[in-house]
Amino acid sequence: MSTRLAIGGLLINRDVPVEFTFNGSRLRGFKGDTLASALLANGESFIGRSFKYHRPRGIVASGAEEPNALVNLGKGARAEPNQRATTTELFEGLEARSQNHWPSLKYDVGAINSKLSHLFPAGFYYKTFMHPRSAWKHVFEPFIRQSAGLGAAPVEKDADRYEYFYATVDVLVIGGGMAGLAAARQAGEAGAKVLLCEQTQAFGGRALVDELEVDGNNGPEWVASEVAALESMERVTLRTRMMGAGVYDHGYVLAYERLGDHELSSTGPRHRLWRIRAKQVITATGAIERPLSFAGNDVPGVMLAAAVRDYVALYGVSPGDRTVVVTNNDDGYRTAMALHAAGLVVPAVLDARTEATGALPEAARAAGLRVETGRGIASVKGTTGVEAVEVCAQAGEGAVLEAISCDCVAMSGGWSPVVHLWSHCGGKLLWDEGQALFRPDAKRPPTGAGGEGFVITAGAASGALQANVALADALDAGKNAVAALGGSASGRAPKAVVPAEEPVAPVWRMPQGAGYKLRSKAFLDYQNDVKVSDVQLAAQEGFESVEHAKRYTTLGMATDQGKLSNINGLAILSDALGQPIPQTGTTTFRPPYTPISMGAIAGEARDGLFKPIRKTPMDGWHDENGAHWEPVADWRRPYTYRGAGESVSEAVTREILNTRTAVGLLDASTLGKILVKGPDAAIFLDLIYTNMMSTLKVGRCRYGLMCTENGFLFDDGVVARLSEDSFLLHTTSGGSDGVYGWLEEWLQTEWWDLKVHCVNLTEQFAQVAVVGPRARAVLETLGGMDVSPDALPFMGFRDGLLGDVPVRVYRISFSGELSYEIALPAGHGLAFWEACLAAGEPHGIMPYGTEALHVMRAEKGFIMIGDETDGTVTPQDLNLGWAVSKKKTDFIGKRAQERSHFQDSERKQLVGLETLDPGALLPDGAHAVEPGLNAYGAARTLGHVTSTYHSPTLERSIAMGLINGGSRRMGEVLDFPVDKGVTIRARVVDPVFLDKDGERQNV
Amino acid sequence: MLILSCPCCGVSAEETEFTPGGEAHLKREGPGSEDAAFRDYLFQRKNPKGVHFERWRHAFGCGKWFHAARCTVTLEVFCTYTAQTANVPKEVIDTIKLRRPEWELNQ
Amino acid sequence: MSETVQVARLNSRGMITLKGDLADQDFQDVAVKITGLSFPSQREIRLSGEMGLAWMAADEVLLMLPVEDVSAAIETADEMLRRAPAVVANVTDARVLFSLKGKRSREVLAKLAPVDLSREAFQPGQIRRTRLAQVAAAFWMPQEAQFEIMCFRSVADYVTELLEMSAAPGTVPEYF
Repeated sequence: MSTRLAIGGLLINRDVPVEFTFNGSRLRGFKGDTLASALLANGESFIGRSFKYHRPRGIVASGAEEPNALVNLGKGARAEPNQRATTTELFEGLEARSQNHWPSLKYDVGAINSKLSHLFPAGFYYKTFMHPRSAWKHVFEPFIRQSAGLGAAPVEKDADRYEYFYATVDVLVIGGGMAGLAAARQAGEAGAKVLLCEQTQAFGGRALVDELEVDGNNGPEWVASEVAALESMERVTLRTRMMGAGVYDHGYVLAYERLGDHELSSTGPRHRLWRIRAKQVITATGAIERPLSFAGNDVPGVMLAAAVRDYVALYGVSPGDRTVVVTNNDDGYRTAMALHAAGLVVPAVLDARTEATGALPEAARAAGLRVETGRGIASVKGTTGVEAVEVCAQAGEGAVLEAISCDCVAMSGGWSPVVHLWSHCGGKLLWDEGQALFRPDAKRPPTGAGGEGFVITAGAASGALQANVALADALDAGKNAVAALGGSASGRAPKAVVPAEEPVAPVWRMPQGAGYKLRSKAFLDYQNDVKVSDVQLAAQEGFESVEHAKRYTTLGMATDQGKLSNINGLAILSDALGQPIPQTGTTTFRPPYTPISMGAIAGEARDGLFKPIRKTPMDGWHDENGAHWEPVADWRRPYTYRGAGESVSEAVTREILNTRTAVGLLDASTLGKILVKGPDAAIFLDLIYTNMMSTLKVGRCRYGLMCTENGFLFDDGVVARLSEDSFLLHTTSGGSDGVYGWLEEWLQTEWWDLKVHCVNLTEQFAQVAVVGPRARAVLETLGGMDVSPDALPFMGFRDGLLGDVPVRVYRISFSGELSYEIALPAGHGLAFWEACLAAGEPHGIMPYGTEALHVMRAEKGFIMIGDETDGTVTPQDLNLGWAVSKKKTDFIGKRAQERSHFQDSERKQLVGLETLDPGALLPDGAHAVEPGLNAYGAARTLGHVTSTYHSPTLERSIAMGLINGGSRRMGEVLDFPVDKGVTIRARVVDPVFLDKDGERQNV
Repeated sequence: MLILSCPCCGVSAEETEFTPGGEAHLKREGPGSEDAAFRDYLFQRKNPKGVHFERWRHAFGCGKWFHAARCTVTLEVFCTYTAQTANVPKEVIDTIKLRRPEWELNQ
Repeated sequence: MSETVQVARLNSRGMITLKGDLADQDFQDVAVKITGLSFPSQREIRLSGEMGLAWMAADEVLLMLPVEDVSAAIETADEMLRRAPAVVANVTDARVLFSLKGKRSREVLAKLAPVDLSREAFQPGQIRRTRLAQVAAAFWMPQEAQFEIMCFRSVADYVTELLEMSAAPGTVPEYF
């Protein structure tokens, strides 16, 4: 049983006990523990159940590669599933619960899956749930969802905050182990701006655990001196608890800093996502030990050999009293020696190699340990914990030679360099036959903006597994990074003294001739329950590509992304296919390296900062006066102003009737306003608008249309000619930035010879529309400007004062009423709005919102961009052919409109629609159909409704629609099926429902 | 995520400051052009594997349009240059050839 | 994480956009005459008291001056540039200014803008147009440990919240 040792534990502080709970039990660890080490210290080695077979699982690793020990952390607003116990630092009050079990960890109903595992081979779901189709939806899927899945998704809103941080560096070093420290020092001493990040709480990596001597110091001493040296450098920044998550194009790197995960902090951000641009990236990401594939290698208590000694050295925890070490390399002996030195029992070291003569095996023998070569594990005995191992000859089929009782197995199948970050952006790998591993091919790195390589690996990540080689490699990495920056580094490599190691012997199956029974209990991917037999089945069934085999078996597709299983899996696949490993290749490594929080990805963008909301200068007034908001592009605008006890639709009706009979006030500040000025401004606008703008007289306004080169209408608005060489363009509320960009695009990329400048003045002006029969009276009450029909006729504008505010008054109308739109500096907007309300009070003024605006424009048959247009509608389709110049030789969209289809009289055309039942309201988007079916057996549609409202003015419903050959259908009655058995009938009419002669505004 | 240098304001910035504008050096076909030529102008795009000319706008910066010569495979940016040119300037071609000797314009 | 960074919304400052040919002597003379500052080179800003003159784009400068002087300045500019293909526009009301003050101001801004804010890369005298999170903005440093930030009026509330959140005590890393 695992327990806390009396001494040792480099990272823990035994003076600071920390209380936490696991599945409700109160347990105790020390500051510096991970959740995993604290659980082991409390004898908890059975941590969860597996995803598919619900097999008992325990802690396998000591770091980010952990596949099994996933827990639900926290509760309520701080609940988070699938957290690795090995990377979760212990803090006071931590609450953890195991996953994948019901009703409890120890008595789990789903565990029956394990007994039935022969019924659930690779591709089981694909094979079983094909027919009948409905059964999937109603039977299989609900059942599978009920019993599968990892942890529980949180239901409450996340209580924490997150942020980004943008950093630009010369050299980013990812990984603060021996190689990372040494490489960073090289770069730092050469004067480079360096950022070094380490994913765990402590720098040093294996130097903290494995016995070695560097420059006369032991590992921890050397690490401390390197860190101190780096900290003293002005241009070097060191961060712990920060993981290099992904490497992207042009030196872009995401790093994930965990600021609040190791303590319950309510002030600072929990995670910070660093968005780094590095000229050179050094990945000193180390290597991950590979499991060995023997039957029962997933029983709790079977662990990676290096993890076993990590727990001893870093946390003072023994994973077991009696640990059998099984290995195919010399490194595994370090674990045997570490356990022996800690006073624990190592009954045997089983070495799959036929001989073991290196310094480490010899040292083990000298210490009196039993070393058996050519041996492997046939099977592990025990279910919720290791009870014994059955020893066999590695070369055989698994005949049991003896059983050794033990409570822990430390396995070492060799090491795989962590090449993820190298590979994310296209770095290539090569197969190192001698070391049996894939390592980066330094000649084919990811390339940056200038075509140069920008990632360099250092140390074990390069495949340099032994400390002395790793440090030399790190020196080169640092030097090469500095050279790539145009500098030179002259540092000396730290000299490490380590025992020489004999080569690893690849062991992909244990024993070599394991039969089906053993292979089907030998797990490759712990988290997704993929066994050796599954990969072999995939190969047998024709899934020969590694990417196909991966998807078929789900090997490497769990949250650990196959950190332990990938190499073993593709070796098994290669073997089954009878081809060398490099020919099989690897699957693609994708970021992030380990899962990062959704909060970190979102950064600051939540709540009020989720999306910027543009506000007009009068926004606060609207908010205080009953505004029912509506988003209009990025703006928020009052849809209507609700009075006390008033419904939204009642408020809209009141606003319309008041505007039609007295006077209304509209905040039109959101309209785009673009100044276009220059000797060629008129020529330019003739190209931009479909209408002729060059003939517009100074002081006058004209309604204009803009089309795309494809001939379709995309924006409209009133143009005012301010002077011979300057125009003010109004755009739709959503179109101001787009139209401004459009103008600039044509000026800069096509007609750059034109002498024209544009300024987007949308934000400079507030705009207020005073609308209705009493509008002139309101302006006269404000005083300061002659607004009589002669002084300010329809489609004219004047500059001057209203009250004492400098204004420009346009006499234009989007409602059919007498109407003035008044533009003024935004800073005066609110005061002027209030002045209008005061001046208008005797005249019955009321503010109105966008819905009243919409209804009133529809009553007049005015189109709205986005309602009557959808990117496939021409001005001619909307009866706006009068605004398309026939005289101009060119404008944007003219050539497109010459195409034959644009002349087709059967195109959809805008019509009014009058329901036969005046009380019936056509739904927006409802389709008109004619009898019969089309070639596809569907209804024959004629067109659809684009705008539809109840008109309080006309006391009936009104609608507009785009109908095939609409203009020749006047008087026809069309069918609009709107629901099963319900059809609304409507007559095609002129879209101008109110005041066809425009008498209301002609006053 | 790319880094681009805006030749109009001299800033090297990440892609999020820019908006892409599609293929560069399209010849506008106006009224009177042939149907096929107009179709190609509107819809036909090169999509090469290798050297490509693109339009970008420094939308969150100086607001100006510029052109970039870029490799669609490696994402190497050979250079950025003015948008006020109908054809690929000779110095741009020369710059690309330094990096891609086998490449020819309009191959 | 010791020193706090102060966020403040500044009083309105007069602003005039001048667009035209920056190499043209008349154009430069207008900007220099109104502000009393020397004409800036690419991405530079000149500041003196309430006066400012910023290079905004290859064809655009921004003049900053007391609000009450704007009308007269525009008249002057219009008069001097009568014959030039240039545009003069009052944008005083279109923009809002903020300031950041404190030793860690660079860090506060580095949470929001995709810009190298190290001392080597960005110093007083420079102006950078970029984005703050999701909106366009520009900033400059009147002096070390101090930024002025300009954004559009309609998103002032958004930017206020962004800056206040980024500068919240206890959240600012020591990096630059």
